[in-house]
Amino acid sequence: MATVRIPPVLRPSVGGEKEVTADGSSVGEILHALAEAHPDTQSQLFAADGGLNRYVNVYLNDEDVRVLDGLETEVSDSDTLVILPAMAGGSPWQGA
Amino acid sequence: MSPSGAEVLREIKSRIDEVDPGVVREQITNGAVLVDVRETDEFAAGHIPGARHVPRSLLESRIEGAVRDRSQHVILYCASGNRSAWATRTLIDDLGYENVESMTGGFTLWKDRGYEVEVPRTLTAEQRERYSRHLLLDEVGIEGQQKLLDAKVLLLGAGGLGSPTALYLAAAGVGTLGIVDNDTVDVSNLQRQVIHTSDRVGVLKVDSAEETIRALNPDVNVVKYPVRLDAENIMEILPGYDVVVDGLDNFPTRYLLNDASVRLRIPVVSAAILGFEGQLSVFKPYDGPCYRCLFPSPPPAELAPSCGANGVLGVLPGTMGLLQATEVIKLILDVGEPLIGRLLLYDALAARMTEVKIRRDPDCPICSRDPEDIGDDELGVFPDYEAFCAGAH
Repeated sequence: MATVRIPPVLRPSVGGEKEVTADGSSVGEILHALAEAHPDTQSQLFAADGGLNRYVNVYLNDEDVRVLDGLETEVSDSDTLVILPAMAGGSPWQGA
Repeated sequence: MSPSGAEVLREIKSRIDEVDPGVVREQITNGAVLVDVRETDEFAAGHIPGARHVPRSLLESRIEGAVRDRSQHVILYCASGNRSAWATRTLIDDLGYENVESMTGGFTLWKDRGYEVEVPRTLTAEQRERYSRHLLLDEVGIEGQQKLLDAKVLLLGAGGLGSPTALYLAAAGVGTLGIVDNDTVDVSNLQRQVIHTSDRVGVLKVDSAEETIRALNPDVNVVKYPVRLDAENIMEILPGYDVVVDGLDNFPTRYLLNDASVRLRIPVVSAAILGFEGQLSVFKPYDGPCYRCLFPSPPPAELAPSCGANGVLGVLPGTMGLLQATEVIKLILDVGEPLIGRLLLYDALAARMTEVKIRRDPDCPICSRDPEDIGDDELGVFPDYEAFCAGAH
């Protein structure tokens, strides 16, 4: 199972975990599995049309999945997905 | 009877090639190497741009370091043309250089003709002492230190991130530090905002920061902006700065800053923190992605957490602020690999750094266009954005 890094803003939705594992062989399968296990993440990750929200970036290891095959990008068990919502700036990332 | 010095000099001049300063100017552009053979203090007081310096007293031992190829066309000059004549003879007769000339009239005639002169600026004795650990580094040295002293860095915020950044940039001798902050020091700031002190609670942060910086390094000119950065003032404040350090605390200003900095081609060293985690990147317009390439739009208000206070481990902005300061200095000195097109994620509890790549978006609404085409009314604009933070409360 691939590892998914959960950003601070989504942690309340996954019981406070920093990392979870999820089944699936593609980015889309894994994120849907995550949303199924933790329904609160659904609307934060996915837009109404089923695509990723534009203010959420997902990286396969260090590469943005949008420059790979998007949700179709293949993922192996040794891979790590990093979820990074827009949060540079102060809300919730406070410069002060 | 042995000939006098003047007679020997006349004899030397009669058999070496002397060349007029006007001709020297042309020959430099044709690849001739110019060597200044005067003493170090004379050279330091002013010399011909591009000249290499080998004092005549050290000619035999050092010329190979300056000019390795003995067939290279070399022109020597001194103050008046005499020492360079002696030196020309030495290079030809004793050291086997094949194509050496002496400039007639020396540096004095060159200056009298009104030709270009380079006067290297020097550090004061106090500065040499103060920055001695920088001067020992090849990557900094006198030239790099001068770049730091000439640099103008704008800090957005004298808070958690801005405090350590300002302290270290001031200590490093960054000559001008602009600080934008309309806030006053609160006792709850002191857990992390280390540029302020307990006895300055209630004082404007720009004033408090200035006091600390002055005490630390009198070389630094502090420019204070006790305002909140907004669309009305950003194009008045940013121009003229070499680097902007972003410690902004809200989305709308973050996008406003991005758009204005792209238009002005000013790199932004950006950091953000929450709890035990931080992130950092350098947005250098047109060399790498901009903030809108990373996040084309902010999250809707209902999905963004409160704009109110969040917890933060006091040392975390210290870590992130100093990583920002490091990136600023790298940009000024043009050394190393700046964090352009890369986002660094730091997890203090795990003691782990992760890096992800940020790509330029060829369709970016801002940086895919020429800076001149980005209008004032477009800076920081988003549909329905005005009520963003108000709606989140």
